[in-house]
Amino acid sequence: MDPLILSRIQFGANISFHILFPAITIALGWMLLFFKLRYNATGDSAWMRAYFTWVKVFALSFAMGVVSGVTMSFQFGTNWPGYMKTVGNIAGPLLAYEILTAFFLEAAFLGIMLFGFRRVSNRIHTMATVLVAGGTTLSAFWIIALNSWMQTPVGFEMRDGVAHAVDWWAIVFNPSMPYRLVHMLLASGLTVSFLIAGLSALRYLYGDRSESMWKALRTGVFTAAILIPIQIFAGDQHGLNTLEHQPQKIAAMEANWNTGPNVPLVLFALPDEAAKENKFELTIPDGASLILRHSASGVVPGLNDYPGNHPPVFPVFWGFRIMVGTGILMLVVSWSAAFFLKRRHSLPKPLALAMVPMALSGWLATLAGWYTTEIGRQPWLVTGVLKTVDAVGPVAGSHVALTLAIYLILYVLLLIAYLGVLVHLALKAAKDGDASPLPGVLDAPLSQPVAQPGER
Amino acid sequence: MTFDWPTLLPLIFAGLMGLAILIYVILDGFDLGIGILFAVAEDAEQDTMIAAIGPFWDANETWLVLAVGLLLVAFPLAHGLILGALYIPVFLLLVGLILRGVAFDFRAKVPAGRKHRWNRIFLLGSVIASLAQGYMLGVYVLGLDFGLAGMAFGALVALCLAAAYAAMGAAWVIYKTEGDLQKKAVLWLRRALVLTALGMVAVSLATPLASPRIFDKWFVWPAMLYLSPLPILSAVLFGWLWWQTFHLPKADDRHALMPFLTLAAIFTLGFAGLAWSFYPFVVPDRLTIWQAASAPESLAIILAGTVVVLPIIIFYSFYAYRVFGGKATDLTYD
Ligand code: HDD
Ligand code: HEM
Ligand code: HEM
Repeated sequence: MDPLILSRIQFGANISFHILFPAITIALGWMLLFFKLRYNATGDSAWMRAYFTWVKVFALSFAMGVVSGVTMSFQFGTNWPGYMKTVGNIAGPLLAYEILTAFFLEAAFLGIMLFGFRRVSNRIHTMATVLVAGGTTLSAFWIIALNSWMQTPVGFEMRDGVAHAVDWWAIVFNPSMPYRLVHMLLASGLTVSFLIAGLSALRYLYGDRSESMWKALRTGVFTAAILIPIQIFAGDQHGLNTLEHQPQKIAAMEANWNTGPNVPLVLFALPDEAAKENKFELTIPDGASLILRHSASGVVPGLNDYPGNHPPVFPVFWGFRIMVGTGILMLVVSWSAAFFLKRRHSLPKPLALAMVPMALSGWLATLAGWYTTEIGRQPWLVTGVLKTVDAVGPVAGSHVALTLAIYLILYVLLLIAYLGVLVHLALKAAKDGDASPLPGVLDAPLSQPVAQPGER
Repeated sequence: MTFDWPTLLPLIFAGLMGLAILIYVILDGFDLGIGILFAVAEDAEQDTMIAAIGPFWDANETWLVLAVGLLLVAFPLAHGLILGALYIPVFLLLVGLILRGVAFDFRAKVPAGRKHRWNRIFLLGSVIASLAQGYMLGVYVLGLDFGLAGMAFGALVALCLAAAYAAMGAAWVIYKTEGDLQKKAVLWLRRALVLTALGMVAVSLATPLASPRIFDKWFVWPAMLYLSPLPILSAVLFGWLWWQTFHLPKADDRHALMPFLTLAAIFTLGFAGLAWSFYPFVVPDRLTIWQAASAPESLAIILAGTVVVLPIIIFYSFYAYRVFGGKATDLTYD
């Protein structure tokens, strides 16, 4: 097969695998901090039990994120040498700042956060948790800045076919960056909320009624219920921003072929690029015009304005629908669960059953969103500056194919093992309930590090 | 050579990259070494050995990310060339690091019956990663030569580096443990040193044969004179460490860190020698540091950040090592 296609599949597979874990670690760090602060404030050991259950998930997700991230940092050179050649002067410093300011921070304090509970004072342990959570968020900031710059590049000039930075402030805070960062951070928050809610619902279904289960369940459900309307609003604003800067992407997301007013919202369709039309269309009249222009007569861009220069319609259209559909499902599930928890102080069994698969809904929406964004940028790698075809490296197709196959096998096996451990941890917690041993935390004085044997 | 920024910046970045690689090799060297030693350790010992590296491995591996990152951002042309040519060994390295990194966590969280499997994966990942690194070093030293000789040389360096990592791992175990395990680690260290020494002699003999360019850089007067301390000092340190393995562990656990520091010094000397063999190339015989470098303005903005942040990183890394100072006990989340 063609090395270009293979390289794209390989890069897409690697980063898709990678993002699953940042989507968890970014927000879970803050969630653990929340558990810990609640414990500090109330002295209720159930908070600490919740902390210890979820810190294991954090550790495991972090390890998966690190090893897949290391793979990513090699991929830039192996698969996309043309990328660094053209925009390296801009991508380079952003990546370097991510490594220097974020990766070392989180990696160094991770050890203290995970294993240092009795070795440092409680205050320093809390600090370490803050630094790790802050590090993951900072890392998201830098990489999203770079990715947004690739979508909406500004603040540079081309000299001899190579981009040179002119205004770093404009590069980092490029037009789509604030929207993308907010949307991604909220996505992470939702991913974690539903994961916690879903695994706690699993414990609930297994008969666990312990305090730590209730605490985790409530935290997950209420956080999700609060975040999802914000996310829908942020997503809407994000779309308006994209309309301004990447109209061809919006046209593909809406599968709208002709520019004009009164454009309907397509709920279902099979876009056909050859015939330039949609098959089996199901629409709401004026819907797209209303959403994007806030008026029925608003003009929405159409794909036919960009002949040969617009992204593939099918995956962008469906990626967007899957994301929004999942978002609406999240709204329904989290609000009903919040209602029952608040008013009835219980969880109906069917709802608990529905919440278990929803544990992975954040992953689905996040992946669908990224696919919309990234495929929607095609055929450009850096909008208007560098085409994807011009960035591919000279590596032999057979090498890419071989490594791709092994990566895929490895990733599938690791995912199975990962999910297996999550379920195992949840069921173990359900079995132990509040009787689970609290490893020496509550009886050891927290403010003093305990001398270790052999320490002088 | 004029000393203006466009000349200096690439040089500084080559130095920084070298430093990051050296720190990585020393720090992750003992992690990988402990992984290799899993082959000869017993179950209970394995838990203690993991506890000796658990809090550090992630930060240690970040130095590799920094090294590759610096190569990518400061010498983008070289990054593409080197990693493209080393596609398969890089891939093996990554698979090794993936297996090693996740095994750390899985082995502690899976149901008890499955722990064995992840211990084996930990060993396997460490061995693959070490061999891949050594192999890449070998073919890289020869200017990315993929002839039969190049590959044979790569295989030789791979074994040598794996032995050297095992020695590092053993030295770290001596530092972090006590009792029977510590005594055992002294034996491991002695054996690994033999293998490392054999490997180093073989590599030293093979290098001038395999690369006339490197031969010419070393065996000319007066460079020979200036360079002679490198091999002599390494040999002395080596011999001394070997002798020490018959006297460790000492009463009161004195000098427990000494083997590790000695090995780190030997690595540093070897590294300085390598750096001399390469200079001024970043891809041997093909790209010099200056030909491969990014635009000076971009390098300047990275340097500004590096100068501020690197001391802070070093400071808190030391802090983290201090927090987990002393002998390793079982690692728990409390
Ligand atoms: C929105 C978030 C996000 C996105 C889009 C990416 N990453 Fe990432 N990455 C993180 C968020 C993150 C993180 C939250 O900071 C991680 C995940 C878990 C972790 O340990 O840190 C991380 C880890 C991580 C590591 C290991 C860091 C370490 O050693 O501690 C590397 C080298 C990369 N990433 C590299 C990349 C590259 C080259 C990407 C793009 C092409 C990329 N990441 C996309
Ligand atoms: C983390 C979530 C992300 C996901 C799930 C994702 C997904 C994808 C996918 C599916 C493609 C292939 C598109 C195609 O070929 O049609 C792609 C391409 C690409 N993306 Fe991303 N991406 C993510 C983030 C990023 C980030 C943060 C960067 C850089 C800073 C980036 C840089 C690239 C590059 C260089 C390509 C290769 C060119 C191409 O195939 O289009 N991506 N990504
Ligand atoms: C339900 C209402 C939602 C709307 C209207 C919405 C809107 C959007 C839009 C327009 C984009 C593409 C922007 C572009 O590339 O130019 C996008 C991307 C994305 N969406 Fe959503 N979204 C919604 C829900 C969600 C949910 C629930 C999640 C995850 C939990 C999510 C995660 C993402 C991610 C990760 C991206 C890619 C990164 C980015 O561009 O920010 N979205 N969203």
